[in-house]
Amino acid sequence: MAESLLEVRNLKKYFKTNSGMLHAVDDISFDLQAGRTLGLVGESGCGKSTTGRAILRLIEPTSGQICFEGKDVTKLSRGQMRHVRKDMQIIFQDPFSSLDPKKTIHQIIAEPIRVNRILTNRHEIEDRVLELMETVGLAERLINSYPHELDGGRRQRIGIARALAMQPKLIVCDEPVSALDVSIQAQILNLLKELQQKMHLTYIFITHDLSVVNHFSNEIAVMYLGSIVEKASAEELFLNPIHPYTKALLSAIPVPDLSHKRQRISLKGEITSPVNLPDECRFANRCFECEESCRTGIPKLIEVSPDHFVACFKHGV
Amino acid sequence: MNQENKLILDIENLVVRYETEDGVVRALNGVDLQLGYRQTLGLVGETGAGKTTAALAMLRLVPDPPGVVECGRLMIDGRDILNLPSAKMDEVRGKDISMIFQDPMTALNPVFTVGEQIAESLQMHENMDKEASMKRAKEMLELVGIPGSRANEYPHQFSGGMKQRVVIAIALACNPKLLIADEPTTALDVTIQAQVLELMNELKEKYNTSMIMITHDLGIVAEVCDSVAVMYAGRIIEQGTLQDVFEHTMHPYTEGLFNSLPNIKNRTVMLKPIKGLMPDPTSLPEGCAFASRCDYATEACRLRQPELRHAGPTHKYACVAYEQEGFHIKRGKA
Repeated sequence: MAESLLEVRNLKKYFKTNSGMLHAVDDISFDLQAGRTLGLVGESGCGKSTTGRAILRLIEPTSGQICFEGKDVTKLSRGQMRHVRKDMQIIFQDPFSSLDPKKTIHQIIAEPIRVNRILTNRHEIEDRVLELMETVGLAERLINSYPHELDGGRRQRIGIARALAMQPKLIVCDEPVSALDVSIQAQILNLLKELQQKMHLTYIFITHDLSVVNHFSNEIAVMYLGSIVEKASAEELFLNPIHPYTKALLSAIPVPDLSHKRQRISLKGEITSPVNLPDECRFANRCFECEESCRTGIPKLIEVSPDHFVACFKHGV
Repeated sequence: MNQENKLILDIENLVVRYETEDGVVRALNGVDLQLGYRQTLGLVGETGAGKTTAALAMLRLVPDPPGVVECGRLMIDGRDILNLPSAKMDEVRGKDISMIFQDPMTALNPVFTVGEQIAESLQMHENMDKEASMKRAKEMLELVGIPGSRANEYPHQFSGGMKQRVVIAIALACNPKLLIADEPTTALDVTIQAQVLELMNELKEKYNTSMIMITHDLGIVAEVCDSVAVMYAGRIIEQGTLQDVFEHTMHPYTEGLFNSLPNIKNRTVMLKPIKGLMPDPTSLPEGCAFASRCDYATEACRLRQPELRHAGPTHKYACVAYEQEGFHIKRGKA
């Protein structure tokens, strides 16, 4: 088996709030091989974005290890971290607020190149910016435009070009297409896929959209209230979901196909507050298979079949 | 009963433009829509297609200035809405037609309790006093799955899904004949979206409400609508029953929309995005607005505006390319 590019072990991120500890990310572990895509799926507040940011240490993790190419990045100093971050980049959800409105496209894409002193010569920088713009499909004439002059799809392309400027190995894509129209969404997804093949990129793809993640990922981890409840290859997860939450999520996707018949599992209630969680299965309150025994502790992620992990008392071995 | 009375909504040649300093934005360019009683129509399109403007025009809520509305006919439940004085219009809105807005976070007034906000329309339209209307408001809350005891709470005390339920309760309080839902679940999570759609389906059946569902999600259309109209650059480009549009797709843009969606059953299918972008509504081309993004476009497409023509008794499309002998799009013809 190939060496993992990224190994996350027991990652936790708690926030102090007035009413107690908020468990945003609660003890998650996973490996990711180079050139692959891991999809992190879940609803608002499940901790998927916090996980993505904690891996880049844009948010300091409370505890746990994040090994990138065998090095634990949680132990690095700020200066060392800056060096490593060239290899780990992020694309944000909202292409409207993640770009500095007072900078031109050229300035936005050139900034990481200048800051990290990858290139210092003005002409070399400009050539590199043009090259990156071509890679992501932005016309050369736009180089001196400002973000507000462009539509959402083009803005997201700038975000991608900026992430690529460092020639990273890992890119965390945090809902990169959810603010875009479907026809534009497909353009961006195809671009990201193409870039992955061309540059051997590794993605962590964070999204709430299951049909997108199915299309895009090799492996999918489903999160609920800060924990991974199920993890498997995309094919396996969609064909053979085991955790009740995964089943409910999959059945809730509206499918644009009239011949599609399904048993809708409708979940009662809403996600509970992640503050001061009790020591029981996090999903117990909404679960349709819940039994008394589910409230006796927190289920562990167990391998039920090769590479298929589930955290559920009723389906563990 | 004459023909006219069978329609809850009858619009003919609706044109809306916004006259701004930067030019005239042509938001709607001649839309015809008919909707029968108890039917649900899906209005589908991308950002800027004119879906929301169409809804606002039906309620006569297009801001003027800069908005200019021209319309051949706008009848709701056999009543001419177009020429009603604005005081009369207030009686129609919330009573005969209601609207559910996309963002439940901003649709509610933060300084009134949810009970008061539901009671308000009852007091206005049903002549109820405060006590009776609050009682009814609690019943409405129960109906949408919120305990009546929460009627005295403020919007910020509810989650997003709960707020959208409150908005639905307000919209349905006076038992409207026509409900316009503008992307009612876009701001919600999938499992909550499923709950809200289920609720809307249930209530619509119970009260015999006709509905226009504005959405960009063809999956939602497949789930709640009887018929669908696809909009592009301020025009309806394809319209018909679900079977017509989903299984006998005619328009290249509709095909493009389907091809842009990931296939949940077969993850290896490559996405085929529509190339380019929606044209600028301040300078629409002379011919078909989709021609520059269309794989099938011919010279004729760029010169002439296509008219909506029948492909079957219920199925209409607007595409010039079909004038060529034997022309068909790829979808479903393999």
